Amino acid sequence: MSERSAQPPHIEQPPTSAAIVGEPQVAMQMDDHLELSYDSGVDLKARSQWGYAMRRFLRHRLAMGSLVVLLFLGIVALFADFFAPYAFDEPDFLSITLPPTTEGNHFFGTDFLGRDSLSRIIYGLRTSLWVALVVSLLATLIGTTVGAVAGYFGGWVDNGLMRLTDLVLTLPGLAVLLTISVYVGQGDPKRVAIILALLFWTGFARIVRGTFLSLREKEFVEAAKASGAGDGRIILRHILPNAIGPIIVNATLIVAAAILTEAGLSFLGFGVQPPNPALGVLINEGQSEGLKFWWLVTFPGLVIVLIALCINFIGDGMRDALDPTQRRIRA
Amino acid sequence: MPEPLLSVRDLAVEFSTEDGVVHAVNGVSYDVYPGEVLGVVGESGSGKSVGVMSLLGLIPQPPGRITSGEAIFDGRDLLKMPKKQLRRLRGDDVAMVFQDPMTSLNPVLRVGDQLGEAISTHRPELKRGQVRARVIQLLELVGVPNPETRYSQYPHEYSGGMRQRAMIAMAIANEPKLLIADEPTTALDVTIQAQVIEVLKAAQHETHAATILITHDLGLVAELCDRVAVMYAGRIVEMGDIYTIFAAPRHPYTIGLMQSLPRLAAENEWLQPITGQPPSLLNMPPGCPFHPRCFLSQGRLPCRTDVPELRSIDERAHLTRCHYADELHGQGAATTAAAVEGVS
Repeated sequence: MSERSAQPPHIEQPPTSAAIVGEPQVAMQMDDHLELSYDSGVDLKARSQWGYAMRRFLRHRLAMGSLVVLLFLGIVALFADFFAPYAFDEPDFLSITLPPTTEGNHFFGTDFLGRDSLSRIIYGLRTSLWVALVVSLLATLIGTTVGAVAGYFGGWVDNGLMRLTDLVLTLPGLAVLLTISVYVGQGDPKRVAIILALLFWTGFARIVRGTFLSLREKEFVEAAKASGAGDGRIILRHILPNAIGPIIVNATLIVAAAILTEAGLSFLGFGVQPPNPALGVLINEGQSEGLKFWWLVTFPGLVIVLIALCINFIGDGMRDALDPTQRRIRA
Repeated sequence: MPEPLLSVRDLAVEFSTEDGVVHAVNGVSYDVYPGEVLGVVGESGSGKSVGVMSLLGLIPQPPGRITSGEAIFDGRDLLKMPKKQLRRLRGDDVAMVFQDPMTSLNPVLRVGDQLGEAISTHRPELKRGQVRARVIQLLELVGVPNPETRYSQYPHEYSGGMRQRAMIAMAIANEPKLLIADEPTTALDVTIQAQVIEVLKAAQHETHAATILITHDLGLVAELCDRVAVMYAGRIVEMGDIYTIFAAPRHPYTIGLMQSLPRLAAENEWLQPITGQPPSLLNMPPGCPFHPRCFLSQGRLPCRTDVPELRSIDERAHLTRCHYADELHGQGAATTAAAVEGVS
């Protein structure tokens, strides 16, 4: 009563509350309803954080669009033998440097040896994507391990591993890449991937370490310790799943970075070597005559840009989706 | 007297900080007997949590360091035990309930899986189905409705009280011999507190575990405990069974605590706080650490120079750490009796 009298007189009580106070029957019904939902629990639906993240991601139009484009490119690359009209090393000396034409299905033209440019791009895409995925996987693995161990154990372990990370970060990437690729032998996509991964894991290590540093102080970690969980179990089962968001986002973004770097490296002639087609290799081959044969440079370049853009959009979408504080969907 | 389950002797824990060494726990000794509930009360920073956590190796080391003491649990010294053995003990023979249920459950794991993990860590021979059945049985025991549905839900789908119930279920999952509850109700609403206390009682009844209840809620102590230890500045200043302590406290600090409680019986009366501040653990006053705030000391010399020993008075089970405890005979009995009435 005192609450009501304390209110300014000109504010009327909302009719609903008056009705509930006035009619005990309504109040009773409400109670019944509450008790029902408490007891039955039938309409309680378990929805995980993943469920929410998935919904948020599906509603992210730009990311979904990018995903569709990327999936299309991926499928084309994966089944290159089926999609490509020619083999990537099939010369046709009668149709050298044809501009894009529907004649003979040379939609993207042909190169100096009469090889079909579209086919070479499709096979090059396969090489580039494969390298990028391997780089991302390896870098994630190395970086996450280093970061998790450093962040969880702290102390001198942390110090040692992070100084190692700093060391790798300070290396001038391109120079090292060029040097290493000369020594370990160039050309093999596998080797290129490993070299790139050995340079790309540092960002991961830092991000994962930071996440682990904050998560290991959480009470649920202490509770897990108190219930007898060992270090390995705490790292893998209690902390890592909580850090998975930034890890996934970064793994995605590294794919884009790896594609660009691999293209750059191949373009300079230190990455994948011809006759293996990679997107960077194709641009390198095409640029020798300037823009005279523009289709040899433009199409692989466009594909590179397209992939990098798509992956970055997807990464953005995932970052938004995996951020549990994010309730609204942008884009 | 039966053999104590846990016997702590002269435990001292310190933390090195930038400002110097903090003596968080300073020569604490107590016994816990099978099946009893020992309350540990005191202000924030009096070393109640650290004193217990250090036994289980749950304080960060460094900066923490256990400098002396022993803790015999079941015939073995916890403080000298290899890390691996101690880990096996945690969650099995000794289990903990934490203060904040909102953060003590892993947000990305289903509650049932977390409970199941606590079981299968110590009972790897159990099959998945057996573990699941046990978890559901536990959830039912602590009063989580629809345990089948709740099993596969995530912590964010639980309410605060429900989460604390789940935490209690986790603690008693392996039928521990010793249950440590570190301020189990502090983070909860008053209405939920009462329910959780009931659950704790039920859990204790179910497992017959000896319990150490760390709290600053004297009402909770009166409700649940058999004996109580009052801590101040890293030391136990008074210890005894709760009837004695509440009826006739024999340490000025305990009396101060009781008088700062709101009472139902006395209306329109100002609460009497203990004046002053707890001493800095970096820079303890000489003599009795409580003397600057003590109404009994009145600046008498022994209080300022000599640290009083924990000695027994009257009955042998009632211990106090005050030079002039004899002068307190009967004092505060009236007010504290009212306090007991008020809280229990």
